[in-house]
Amino acid sequence: SARDSVSRASGRIEKILIANRGEIACRIIRTAKRLGIRTVAVYSDADESSLHVKSADEAVRIGPPPARLSYLSATTIIEAASRTGAQAIHPGYGFLSESSEFAQLCEDEGFIFIGPPASAIRDMGDKSASKRIMGAAGVPLVPGYHGHEQDIELMKLEADRIGYPVLIKPTHGGGGKGMRIVQSPNDFADAFVGAQREAAASFGINTILLEKYITKPRHIEVQIFGDKHGSVIHLNERDCSVQRRHQKIIEEAPAPNISNDFRSHLGKAAVSAAKAVGYHNAGTVEFIVDTLTGEFYFMEMNTRLQVEHPVTEMIVGQDLVEWQIRVANGEPLPVTQSEVPLSGHAFEARIYAENVPKGFLPATGILHHYRPVQVSSEVRVETGVEQGDTVSMHYDPMIAKLVVWGEDRTGALMKMKDCLSKFQVAGLPTNIDFLLKLANHGAFATGEVETHFIDMHKDDLFIDPNDQLSKQQGYSAAIHGAAIAAACVCEKEHAATKESTLGNLSLWYANPPFRVNYSAKRTMELEWEDESSKGSSKVLPVHVTSLVKGKYLIEVGGSSFPGLELNVAHLRDHDFRVELGGVSMTVSIAVYQKDQMEHINIWHGSSHHHFKQRKGLDLADIDESYQKPASEASSSHPPGTVVAPMAGLVVKVLVQDGAKVAEGQPILVLEAMKMEHVVKAPSDGCISGLRLSAGQQVSDGTVLFTVKDE
Amino acid sequence: RSIYRRCYPNLPADPTRCLCTSVLPDTLDRSSESFARNSEAMESLISQLHSHIQQVMKGGGPEAVKRNSSRNKLLPRERIYRLIDPGSSFLELSQLAGHELYDDPLPSGGIITGIGPVHGNLCMFVANDPTVKGGTYYPITIKKHLRAQEIAAQCRLPCMYLVDSGGAFFKAGLRRHSPDAFGTSSCTAGGAYIPAMADESVMVKGNGTIFLAGPPLVKAATGEEVSAEDLGGASVHCRTSGVSDYFAQDELHALAIGRNIMKNLHMAGNMGGQHLRMSDFKEPLYDVAELRAIAPTDLKQSFDIRSVISRIVDGSEFDEFKKLYGTTLVTGFARIFGQPVGIIGNNGILFNESALKGAHFIELCAQRNIPLIFLQNITGFMVGSKSEANGIAKAGAKMVMAVSCAKVPKITVVVGGSFGAGNYAMCGRAYSPNFMFFWPNARISVMGGAQAAGVLAQIERANRKKAGIPWSKEDEEKFKAGVVEAYEREGSAYYSTARLWDDGVIDPADTRKVLGLSIAASTNCKPEKTKYGVFRM
Repeated sequence: SARDSVSRASGRIEKILIANRGEIACRIIRTAKRLGIRTVAVYSDADESSLHVKSADEAVRIGPPPARLSYLSATTIIEAASRTGAQAIHPGYGFLSESSEFAQLCEDEGFIFIGPPASAIRDMGDKSASKRIMGAAGVPLVPGYHGHEQDIELMKLEADRIGYPVLIKPTHGGGGKGMRIVQSPNDFADAFVGAQREAAASFGINTILLEKYITKPRHIEVQIFGDKHGSVIHLNERDCSVQRRHQKIIEEAPAPNISNDFRSHLGKAAVSAAKAVGYHNAGTVEFIVDTLTGEFYFMEMNTRLQVEHPVTEMIVGQDLVEWQIRVANGEPLPVTQSEVPLSGHAFEARIYAENVPKGFLPATGILHHYRPVQVSSEVRVETGVEQGDTVSMHYDPMIAKLVVWGEDRTGALMKMKDCLSKFQVAGLPTNIDFLLKLANHGAFATGEVETHFIDMHKDDLFIDPNDQLSKQQGYSAAIHGAAIAAACVCEKEHAATKESTLGNLSLWYANPPFRVNYSAKRTMELEWEDESSKGSSKVLPVHVTSLVKGKYLIEVGGSSFPGLELNVAHLRDHDFRVELGGVSMTVSIAVYQKDQMEHINIWHGSSHHHFKQRKGLDLADIDESYQKPASEASSSHPPGTVVAPMAGLVVKVLVQDGAKVAEGQPILVLEAMKMEHVVKAPSDGCISGLRLSAGQQVSDGTVLFTVKDE
Repeated sequence: RSIYRRCYPNLPADPTRCLCTSVLPDTLDRSSESFARNSEAMESLISQLHSHIQQVMKGGGPEAVKRNSSRNKLLPRERIYRLIDPGSSFLELSQLAGHELYDDPLPSGGIITGIGPVHGNLCMFVANDPTVKGGTYYPITIKKHLRAQEIAAQCRLPCMYLVDSGGAFFKAGLRRHSPDAFGTSSCTAGGAYIPAMADESVMVKGNGTIFLAGPPLVKAATGEEVSAEDLGGASVHCRTSGVSDYFAQDELHALAIGRNIMKNLHMAGNMGGQHLRMSDFKEPLYDVAELRAIAPTDLKQSFDIRSVISRIVDGSEFDEFKKLYGTTLVTGFARIFGQPVGIIGNNGILFNESALKGAHFIELCAQRNIPLIFLQNITGFMVGSKSEANGIAKAGAKMVMAVSCAKVPKITVVVGGSFGAGNYAMCGRAYSPNFMFFWPNARISVMGGAQAAGVLAQIERANRKKAGIPWSKEDEEKFKAGVVEAYEREGSAYYSTARLWDDGVIDPADTRKVLGLSIAASTNCKPEKTKYGVFRM
């Protein structure tokens, strides 16, 4: 065919189909473009006008929004590649990237799969098989006992061999059921019998395995790369210990506080792991490091390019996507192990649409305002969205990855903090403020990272409702933010009228507005969600008096906040220069309407605040993004009403409508973004209005059911 | 040169170049004793004015305001600020209506009126203040309400009524004059006809009721027991009776609907908002705030009205008409915020020539459809045998006729005294200026207090002589002092403004802005043809 003749003629890939979406698709397209390779994007109906589709040379629709009907539909994607004449398929990460069937299918259909051989994916995909292979290859595994023999005395001996503390775990089931951590030999018997009993009750099978329990673990992974000529090298390690809900949020390279010796041990182990499965292309070998003993053990291997690959790129100064394509072309690796550089330090912060106070639940919504930081050779923003895009319930809620590089860890961290405080997203809740808190934490600054980091430091990272001091500080900061926001909003209104047809210097639209014998004063009631007292919000009555052009006196009612006089100059669009007490600074404001509320976001100094203001909207002024107030109503629902905490799919309905339930009893299970959320009864009573069934999609704020008193 | 720049920051670098014929020179002596004295006197008058204003801004007091907000209701001014275009100006009228008029204070007469733009359309707002006597109507409330409608009719402004009246003291007969829109909270009896007579009306769920008789009266009259909401709530009137047109969930919703109504307004013949678009203009060369130092509080002191004109007109440019003739009346053309105006100001007593000049100038403006600004500082027409023989009455009549017949917008500002028939010639209240404002130092009466005391003492002495009652020198002085004192009190700007003899007391420094807004509001309608009576020649 024509395709074959093209690839034969040059011997190289000239057109790639990217079987993915979002930032990674954009990332791959960027490198391809630089290399002069043509690109084909695929998209579901939900992504029709998204950035990755616009960036690619060609794009093919592959189905409706649900991933299993589009981005996971291997045959449709292969067909799209055939239609567009692509020679190679890049799977990105997630979706089909670790499907050995898909890799095989590509090869069978005559396409180059830009990734490892299907056999390696298969070997590493099976957890117990991979451990056997690694064990045989001499890669250290977490000490444990996985045998069939379940005699208690034998098990106790095994436990002694492993060393305490020991984890007792049923071989079947999950969710922590039947798991026991045993600190000393004296407690072993009781715990073992208990675990057996619980496993039998829960799963019907009472076989138990033993593993060494690691009290203070770190998650360190090694980037490896192999070519089709048998060489495998490693590109140093990354530390991905800081996680929430078992997902990474801040990654860095190299790992802090490890010796070069340890680094080369890790690297060698990773290379042996890859060689053991005949690996080529990009891969990551994940290790768990016991910080108390300094031992490291193989966890698993990810047979794809990973989300956090940019931190490695930053410290080795290489483009890994380019390497992937070269290896797929059959070229040898461009450098040898000894030539791999390690320069400076890099961080990656993942910016997600998520609801931090609600336990990091994924959020959906419209990016009404999206202004990432200025990029440079040292600051990268990997994103697949633009202002106005929707973060939907169908896919991962990641908005962007912020990647920064510095000469050393301190320098890089400083840069990351600066960038985070200037990264502007409004329209949906994000984890930016939380990331900033993480980055500012003292233990993080000294590199004392481990997988329980967030849980260990939760008192510092989340505002403790009982801590009056920090609560008061938060409140003061909010008032300060509200004062500046109010002045900027007023100034912006003048700018807006001036630009409108009404403007034209008319005295009716003078700045400040004229009043007979008094200064124009208006009150804005800004609602501020107080993170410290979950879900509750405070209304700040902000009184704005226009003094002279651009000068405002701000008073906040019901507070001891002294009146502030500030000068506001509107620079452009969202930016203002605000002078307050002799100090001037740049302030950004984003205003949008949603659910009959006006949302005001302000970035000032290194702070960000979000306020809401009730608005009687002009019916004709409602913009297209206006949505029916679904979530707004949550407070106005009768007591006992339970609404969906997030948009998602109903996986299971555990009780029937009309059933009698006890407080805290699970009623149904929602799933979004690989995360299950159990909706529980808020009180004792009878379930009413439950008309959901498994497989149904619900949106954020939908009424699920009501619990009525009997 | 540098001193020059400091004093006149708006002047071009080379001052000699701008001293062309139309630019008024700066004649103010800032180092003079009168400058200091006038400034000081005016300063205290203005602080008195501001303290009066601050008092009325509080409405019916903290208790009533708190009660109002506990019902999820906004204050009348807050309602208006949410209706007018964001960040736009509001020309509030007669803020001190009812000032010291009744035994109890009645801040702003219990009703807020004024003009502001909504979607670029100027509107007259009439808003009851429910915190003042429950929003009920006192006589001065009615007067203020009617004055607002009169201005609206004269300027063809649509009216927005924000009705929140717990029952009227009076039934007000209302003329239908220009398109009305209307937002409502609560109105009973006479008040009920206001929404019913409006073109469009909005009612707020829960807070708004309209009925001819409230539940107690209904029970007394017919025995029917019914709640206020069921009797005349928003639901009844928007769904069943059709008395109201728009159903609002809450106040903010109602105000948003109100804005929308104005958006859909289309007035044939209106200049389509052209009046709101002003061409480029220059600020006056001299500081507007210096107006506070110009007007003497002792009205016997004279001052050149040109020093006022030079601070209110664009670029201080004034094309004076008949400068050398009838010099006690200053007439000429200028622009205020780009809007052409004819200005007539007093520089002393009106003589024959001054009156003739005034009549001539008014005819010019009427023919060209140029709005007239009257800057009143007048003690009256010249009296005495020579003057009478010259036919001052005839000359004065010409000017008065010209003023009363000229169908152009007229705006009067009393910057000093307003005495005698001079008030007529200078477009006093009786001559229906579109707007009339007072400076805080202004005084109004048929004649000065001292003159009045002299006249009344003469009459009294004659009466006593006839009756044979002796009148001692002390008694006469006491009598005179009493008259002077009464004139002093009743001639004050506050006495006048409390009774709606004007549309408000303003800070001299705001004169330019207030005039600019008033002219813009007055030129909302199409020009009309002027027809005069017979000028006695």
